[in-house]
Amino acid sequence: MLKEEAMQAISVAKEKWEREKLQKTLSKQPERHPDFMTVSGYPVERLYTPADIRYLDYLEDIGFPGEYPFTRGVQPTMYRGRLWTMRQYAGFGTAVESNQRYKYLLSQGQTGLSVAFDLPTQIGYDSDHPMAEGEVGKVGVAISSLADMEVLFDGIPLDKVSTSMTINATAAVLLCMYMAVAEKQGVAWKDLRGTIQNDILKEYAARGTYIFPPGPSMRLVTDIFAFCSRELPEWNTISISGYHMREAGATAAQEIAFTLADGIAYVDAGLKAGLQVDNFAPRLAFFFACHNDFLEEIAKFRAARRLWAKIMKERFGARDPRSMMLRFHTQTAGCTLTAQQPLNNIIRVALQALAAVLGGTQSLHTNSFDEALALPTEEAVRIALRTQQVIAYESGVAETIDPLAGSYYIEAMTNRLEKEAADYIKKIDDLGGSVKAIEQGYLQKEIQDSSYRYQKDIESGRRIVVGVNKFQIQEKSQPKILRVDPAVGEAQIQRLKELRAQRDNRAVQESLAKLRQVAVSEDNLMPVIYQAVKTYATLGEICDVLRDVFGEYRPVEIV
Amino acid sequence: MRKIRVLVAKVGLDGHDRGAKVIARAFRDAGMEVVYTGIRQTPEQVVAAAIQEDVDVVGLSSLSGAHEHLFPRVAKLVKKQMGDKVLIVGGGIIPEEDIPALKEAGITAVFGPGTSLKEIIDFIKANVDVGQAD
Amino acid sequence: MLEQLLREFYQGSKLAAARIITMVENDTPAGREILRKLYPKGGRAYIVGMTGPAGSGKSTLTNSLVKLMRQQNYRVGVVAVDPTSPFTGGALLGDRVRMGDLALDPGVFIRSMGTRGDLGGLSWAARDALTVLDAFGCDYLIAETVGTGQSQVDVATVADTVIMVTVPGLGDDIQAAKAGIMEIGNIFVVNKADRGDADQVVRFLQATLELGSRDAGWQPPVIKTIAWQGTGVEEVLKAILAHRRFLEQAGLLAGLRQARMKEEVMRRVERMILDRLNNGIQTGAVLSRVYARELDPWTAAEKMLQSMLCSKQE
Repeated sequence: MLKEEAMQAISVAKEKWEREKLQKTLSKQPERHPDFMTVSGYPVERLYTPADIRYLDYLEDIGFPGEYPFTRGVQPTMYRGRLWTMRQYAGFGTAVESNQRYKYLLSQGQTGLSVAFDLPTQIGYDSDHPMAEGEVGKVGVAISSLADMEVLFDGIPLDKVSTSMTINATAAVLLCMYMAVAEKQGVAWKDLRGTIQNDILKEYAARGTYIFPPGPSMRLVTDIFAFCSRELPEWNTISISGYHMREAGATAAQEIAFTLADGIAYVDAGLKAGLQVDNFAPRLAFFFACHNDFLEEIAKFRAARRLWAKIMKERFGARDPRSMMLRFHTQTAGCTLTAQQPLNNIIRVALQALAAVLGGTQSLHTNSFDEALALPTEEAVRIALRTQQVIAYESGVAETIDPLAGSYYIEAMTNRLEKEAADYIKKIDDLGGSVKAIEQGYLQKEIQDSSYRYQKDIESGRRIVVGVNKFQIQEKSQPKILRVDPAVGEAQIQRLKELRAQRDNRAVQESLAKLRQVAVSEDNLMPVIYQAVKTYATLGEICDVLRDVFGEYRPVEIV
Repeated sequence: MRKIRVLVAKVGLDGHDRGAKVIARAFRDAGMEVVYTGIRQTPEQVVAAAIQEDVDVVGLSSLSGAHEHLFPRVAKLVKKQMGDKVLIVGGGIIPEEDIPALKEAGITAVFGPGTSLKEIIDFIKANVDVGQAD
Repeated sequence: MLEQLLREFYQGSKLAAARIITMVENDTPAGREILRKLYPKGGRAYIVGMTGPAGSGKSTLTNSLVKLMRQQNYRVGVVAVDPTSPFTGGALLGDRVRMGDLALDPGVFIRSMGTRGDLGGLSWAARDALTVLDAFGCDYLIAETVGTGQSQVDVATVADTVIMVTVPGLGDDIQAAKAGIMEIGNIFVVNKADRGDADQVVRFLQATLELGSRDAGWQPPVIKTIAWQGTGVEEVLKAILAHRRFLEQAGLLAGLRQARMKEEVMRRVERMILDRLNNGIQTGAVLSRVYARELDPWTAAEKMLQSMLCSKQE
């Protein structure tokens, strides 16, 4: 903290500058807008000075990397020790095709896998279910049974890669399949590294791939926590995600607040299930978007880290510093990609990726420039990956830790975002917590209001989207896009038919009966799901049993 | 002038409803009556709703790539059961090269990412006959 | 044209029914003519009004209730009314989201409507839509409206049985009692009863209801439901059937309906008179004399009424 007299002097000097210098310029040429704002719509001042962060206490509020409150980062050496994990989300068509894409990405220097599943897999339908028609293999790989999973990871040693799986409602089943593949490869479960998204709350709030109502869904989540704390100690059991809420239209502050509020709900659920906070909290991971506002995003990551550390320490009494560390994955914001002049997206992604790195992310997915059109082509994915590599190896930003700390604007905005997010969390607490707030549609309503406001700003021209509402050109044709072979669906159906004919159907039925028994009890579901998976019971069969016992969620739609 | 009635539906399994909801609000603010059906609608459900609601426009949204399969099915059912007067429009992540086939199948207009709300609203107002009082 | 439409309507075409509702909703001459033809065919359907604050789960309850009615093979029509924006004239009609299961059921017809000009109340169009669906052969009709004062009271003027839905934690119980709308409910539902203080809400409602109710001899039940999983919905249906039996056995149903018809006719008369006065040539002149304080409002009203009655119908 600067001395009070120094602050006074700065304020006096600033007033003088405004009066004498600034006014003259303004009277000759006014500014571009009467007021300025961030992407989230928060006002931006003309100039920030030490006076804007006069109450900031370096040791208490900022501190050192690897130490509470982790504002500057979660590791003491950050990227000087090890670069972030470059992890491109990929998967489409059949397990065979995705397997080839993974091997390609690993050969190109990618350091972790990130599996995208198709929607039927995410919602617990086999590829031959009527609801799956037209969706098989479209937005990710189709996995209906252990047989598909075996193909997906064929030739990829699971003790050598870390695998992130974007899977939520059916996370328990897919994780069991992964464990079964590991077992076949002779890899011990304790050596498995990776993440399942497993964040059902944001599915209700924004992403939509829920199956069961909140109660049983939360039970599945905590069953996974408990099981993994014993059996897969290196596995990140959840990736609490703000990404999708941001994509649905949330502001930066809402993204922090709703994500951390969900995090609070999971910690509460874990405690209620009898777990000790320091036994499972270190395995909680987070997932954020990185939007266009370069400086606001950097501040967002720093604010989120500080706020979570305080929540874990003060609210939950965590002792283990690892419980207080907000470790996160970042994906550049898909909603900022434009279908118009798609090559411009490369620049957008580069800036967003740079902000994520300056914000201290642990892993990063950079979007491909053609994703507003369709699934990315191989070339586009390579450029996206190269973008990360240029930042890592050429830009110099990875050589020192949290280089923007101390910027008056960054620190002022970090404070502001932390406060705004804390206020939202307070509101959610008043509604009875995240689960209740979602059931009442509170988060959904807030997100939709923000997204409508944002769209109207674009509509009015207050916000410029380059190539969309300004600097348009006549475009001849779109670049080459990747298409999923429509035969994928039929091939999957055929595979399933053969599987159902060849497997030991009595063993399948027995395992499903056992699953039902445990589902109605309060026992941990993971062991029985694992047994069912091993008999080659399909994802759909397993989920049907659970649907029958748990019921299905109906959304509160607040438009 | 009578009110324009629009059905906004997300067909297929994808839950990305930001666009559909923004559009629904924009239609309301443009003075239309908007029936919103929510996510995970089958073509059969969409058409049944369109019939009972007697809408002038069916707006479909899909971001998962299922449009090539599902949009034409909706269009076929609408034409068969409701006749040609109903306007069918689509939006979402739809590659340019798919648009001719969709139009062939009876989707009057496809609005890709970045289309302004005004453009969509103007299109609907221009293409729905509101003068007739029946 | 009309004949063809009516023929299809009587053959059970949902599209024809939907188009007819649009016509009556838009209040077209053809719509009125059709209503004239359909009205005599009505009177068979039993009408249930469902009202309660936003977020109380009315649509979810309706969805579960209709499923149960379908198990007993009743044909069911639903008219769901949502507010029209007074600024833009547009409306977001979102009730179908919770009724997706019913869309394909051949024995169910669901129609969403905006309140349009009828401020907060149950629109005339909604009443007409009920008439159409009655003639369409529905056994039960459910009229669902968001509860804001006027429309809750309005529901009582169309429904044989009125269900008031509430949820714990809204804190509007007192409000409800104050507004006097407790008196119009025949059945009270505390939905989302898995939430904390449901029992407290039940006790509050029971205590308030003991103070008196609309029909002597009918004690409105208070039922706890968790509508999305169907819990308690069977009791709601039983209560509807019981209330219906009560009204029939006590000989009250016919009287109730006649009173409602009378009320409706009177209100329509009122509206027609106002419409005609608003369009009358004399009106402006008389009013300006009131503005100038040459004429008092009483005399002005008498004058306007007289001149309207003397003039030929325009």
